[in-house]
Amino acid sequence: MMARGPKIQIQRVAKSFGAPGRAMPALEEIDLDVAEREFVCLLGPSGCGKSTLLNIVAGFLVPTTGTVLVDGRPVSGPAPERGVVFQEYALFPWLTVTGNVEFGPLLQSRPAADRRRTVDRYLDLVGLSAHADKFPVQLSGGMKQRVAIARALANNPAVILMDEPFGALDAQTREVLQDELSRIQRVEHKTILFVTHSIREAVYLADRVVVMTSVPGRIKQVFPIKLPEVRDRFAHEFTRYESDITRVLREEVAKVRA
Amino acid sequence: MAQFLSSVPELMDAGLRGSRLPRGRALALRLAAIVAFLVLWSLLSGAVVVLKLFNPIFLPGPWLVLGSVLDMAVRGPLWIHLAATLERVAMGFGAGAALGVALGLAAGHLTPVRNVVEPLVEVLRPIPPLALLPMFIVWVGIGEASKIGFITYATFFPIFLTTVTGVRQIDPLLVRAAQSLGARGVALFTRVILPAALPDILTGLRLGVALAFFVIVISEFIGAEHGLGYLINDGRNFFLVPQMLGAAVVLGLLGYAGNGLVRLLERRLTRWQHPA
Ligand SMILES: Nc1ncnc2c1ncn2[C@@H]1O[C@H](COP(=O)(O)OP(=O)(O)OP(=O)(O)O)[C@@H](O)[C@H]1O
Ligand SMILES: [Mg+2]
Repeated sequence: MMARGPKIQIQRVAKSFGAPGRAMPALEEIDLDVAEREFVCLLGPSGCGKSTLLNIVAGFLVPTTGTVLVDGRPVSGPAPERGVVFQEYALFPWLTVTGNVEFGPLLQSRPAADRRRTVDRYLDLVGLSAHADKFPVQLSGGMKQRVAIARALANNPAVILMDEPFGALDAQTREVLQDELSRIQRVEHKTILFVTHSIREAVYLADRVVVMTSVPGRIKQVFPIKLPEVRDRFAHEFTRYESDITRVLREEVAKVRA
Repeated sequence: MAQFLSSVPELMDAGLRGSRLPRGRALALRLAAIVAFLVLWSLLSGAVVVLKLFNPIFLPGPWLVLGSVLDMAVRGPLWIHLAATLERVAMGFGAGAALGVALGLAAGHLTPVRNVVEPLVEVLRPIPPLALLPMFIVWVGIGEASKIGFITYATFFPIFLTTVTGVRQIDPLLVRAAQSLGARGVALFTRVILPAALPDILTGLRLGVALAFFVIVISEFIGAEHGLGYLINDGRNFFLVPQMLGAAVVLGLLGYAGNGLVRLLERRLTRWQHPA
């Protein structure tokens, strides 16, 4: 057996935008390890660089300095080992629900029967089997995001990166999808890096919550969430985490306003 | 429901057709408009005869035009001219579409190609194609090659431009999503860029068909022995006004059918935009 290091290693990653000389730092010196099967939530004031960090891990952006390692290998671009779920869903509108979920398996030239099984399994997992033949324009926001999650899972990535995946949904749908994601994670055991603005969502889903400072983003404080796998949003311990994190986050949000 | 216009074809459709009417009523209105037009035309040409306004040969009634078309059809020459025009349009448009789509895809996707092709297109495009028809004849002669080549030249531009637009306006998020699902190179191109650009490409084809019929007529005025454009010019030389109008009507019907054909293709290929 090979010794298992952290699944994701973010090492001294910094990112500035703009022309040299007038470059604006967005991220400063981020060091973060994410263990295999760990669910980490990133919280921070708007514009602090959460999406930037996620896009660097996804391979969409190149850091100005520092590196990201996944399984010890440096990230050099987007790859199927790192699935991404976007706030705007980013479904292929010309493909049906099935076609979208099948996109990754098709690229890997997996046999048809195998693909069918994969699609069926993940559509069932997100509760969309009845809508397999619909096109994205025919789906509600919550359904679209379920398809996007199924599409990412069907490609069997080790890591899933999610940037405010439930940000565009109403409060009820949002909680339903949080429940589903939590249930899916108990089955799939992915390594997940999840950006959110909702402290409640973070405490509900995460093994660890990372709070970032206002721009240029650094890590301000890390909260390991020691709660049972299936969580109760009204439990005393739960609300304690919420208020602790709120207090820390509020200081940073106040700096943005100042 | 609010209506969002996000692509060139949607804009075109909205511009050309306005907002949708119920199907039955829309059809009734269209038919009524055509009937009204024919009635007005009949009345006018009838009035010219009755009131002796001018020589009625200048404005034959619709029945005379129809008669001339039927006569040409029964005697046979109509089919020869029709076939000549259709063949030129099919070949010229086919080549223009192939060239426009291929170069458009390449220019839209690959920056170096765009930097070479786009300046040339920008220089040539503002010149109305018809202004170059005499040059075509000087260079290539008055044979088939110059007629077909001229259609190719004229239809290339709209098809090229809409294809480039289609490729360039792809939502970058879709490309990112595809890349993180493992799509690269050819697969990214065929599975994402091509389908995303398809609605705009089809709009270009529709513009191209219309333009093809537009320019073929004029190039058939000059030094042709067959073709509907030739029929019109021939009618002018011998004062056969019904033949001129008849050929024009046939051209109109052909253009309409061509447009309908592309529309059918559009509906089949972009069903995802308005699924049942
Ligand atoms: N492509 C870019 N060019 C220039 N500046 C950028 C670019 N992308 C992000 N920035 C800047 O980098 C900083 C971080 O942006 P980022 O989108 O990562 O923030 P965020 O934490 O995701 O914000 P939000 O919570 O609002 O989504 C911001 O100040 C933003 O203006
Ligand atoms: Mg963001």
